[in-house]
Amino acid sequence: MSERVLGILADSFTKILIPGLTATIPLAVISFVLALIIATAVALVQYVRVPVLTQLARFYVWIVRGTPLLVQLYVVFYGLPDFGIVLDPFPSAIIVFSLNTGAYAAETIRGALEGVPAGQLEAGYCVGMSFLQVMRRIVMPQALRTAFPALSNELISLVKDTSLAANITVLEMLMATQQIVSRTYEALPLYLEVGVIYLLFSTVLTWLQGVGERWLAARGMERG
Amino acid sequence: MTMEQRNEAKQGVPMLRLKGVRKSFDGTEVLHGVDLSVDAGEVVAILGPSGSGKTTLLRCANFLERADAGTLELAGERHDLATTRPREMADVRRRTGFVFQGYNLFRNRTVLGNVCEGLVTARKMPRAQAEERAHACLRRVGMDDRCDAYPVQLSGGQQQRVAIARAMATDPEIIYFDEPTSALDPELTGEVLAAMRQLAEDGMTMLVVTHEMAFARDVADRVVFMEDGRVVTEAPAREFFERPANDRIRAFLRMAGGTTA
Repeated sequence: MSERVLGILADSFTKILIPGLTATIPLAVISFVLALIIATAVALVQYVRVPVLTQLARFYVWIVRGTPLLVQLYVVFYGLPDFGIVLDPFPSAIIVFSLNTGAYAAETIRGALEGVPAGQLEAGYCVGMSFLQVMRRIVMPQALRTAFPALSNELISLVKDTSLAANITVLEMLMATQQIVSRTYEALPLYLEVGVIYLLFSTVLTWLQGVGERWLAARGMERG
Repeated sequence: MTMEQRNEAKQGVPMLRLKGVRKSFDGTEVLHGVDLSVDAGEVVAILGPSGSGKTTLLRCANFLERADAGTLELAGERHDLATTRPREMADVRRRTGFVFQGYNLFRNRTVLGNVCEGLVTARKMPRAQAEERAHACLRRVGMDDRCDAYPVQLSGGQQQRVAIARAMATDPEIIYFDEPTSALDPELTGEVLAAMRQLAEDGMTMLVVTHEMAFARDVADRVVFMEDGRVVTEAPAREFFERPANDRIRAFLRMAGGTTA
């Protein structure tokens, strides 16, 4: 590898990493937290079979899972202005990523909730607990344990999917890399470099997943 | 409590009275207006063939199924089974215990945690006091030495004994048992029945759906025989087994192994 390329790589590393820390990570973390809130609500509505809301929840999951993420980004960022709704790139990305991940996570959480034997809900009622008490103390912790690996997957996917936000002018890692490539014409080393940084982020998350699973296990939720 | 005291305590004070309980599933009525009462301190066994509505009746009494009609009187307090509001249901359930065929222990709680949960969460009992009470109940069913175990680490019989401790911890006015030994291997039913027998001797009011003829004969005071969603016969336990009221019951007892006659 030529000295010039090494110089470019060294020089670009922080230029790519900084948008990673200021855009990619916040985008992923904020969207994921919102996605979990959406997903929990959407899953609970279906678990309890709330009329109307259940149908709405199914409709939401159907639309979001059935269309490409990139199309969703374009619709919100380039399409909504036709209705007078003009959003900045970053909030547009947050909205799309949280709704998108929310739909997938909702299915994960719904499955996990339904996987907790219903008898425990009845047993909770029979010792005088309310629905919310049983959900919070008995059903949700067990569902979380089941859902945790799949939710970790979704977070890792989300971190990588934030690269699509480059298409709606969010200055995140991929866009930062593209800008350097367009100046230096060193596509292969730079795209490999950004790939490695994504890999680093994912590796940290994978490690955190392990920590989380051990923590849940230590709370007695791994058994059964 | 001695046998005499127990008999004295149960001088016709109705703890539970179910009246006119009706329940349909998908247009098929499975309970056709069932009346049943249990006196304070009395142990009543509900017998009958599968599909006779025994379990449904028990579940309706604790609002696990919503009855279409009927009333429940618990210690003189009257509730309409078809229209009871959630708050009232929780109130009734706090005063009753329920033991399920499938144990239904909370899998994310230890044995001790299972017994404490209702005391702490539903009854707002301080944790230390709840644990003390839980240990006492677990000792009664011989499970206190496993109080740190999780349900999956226990045998079915042990899980059911914990479930019994959980049901009695809240000091209920009556405990419902829904075929408590039916899911158990035969060699494990003995320990569960022994725990129930102990509870009965302590004077607990119990309504027990069971297929255990020996338990019904030896422990129950009275037997209610159900068939096709109706109470067909009720009689003192001894009389029920020794002088079956009709051929149908004789046939049932022969099939169930309750008598060799």
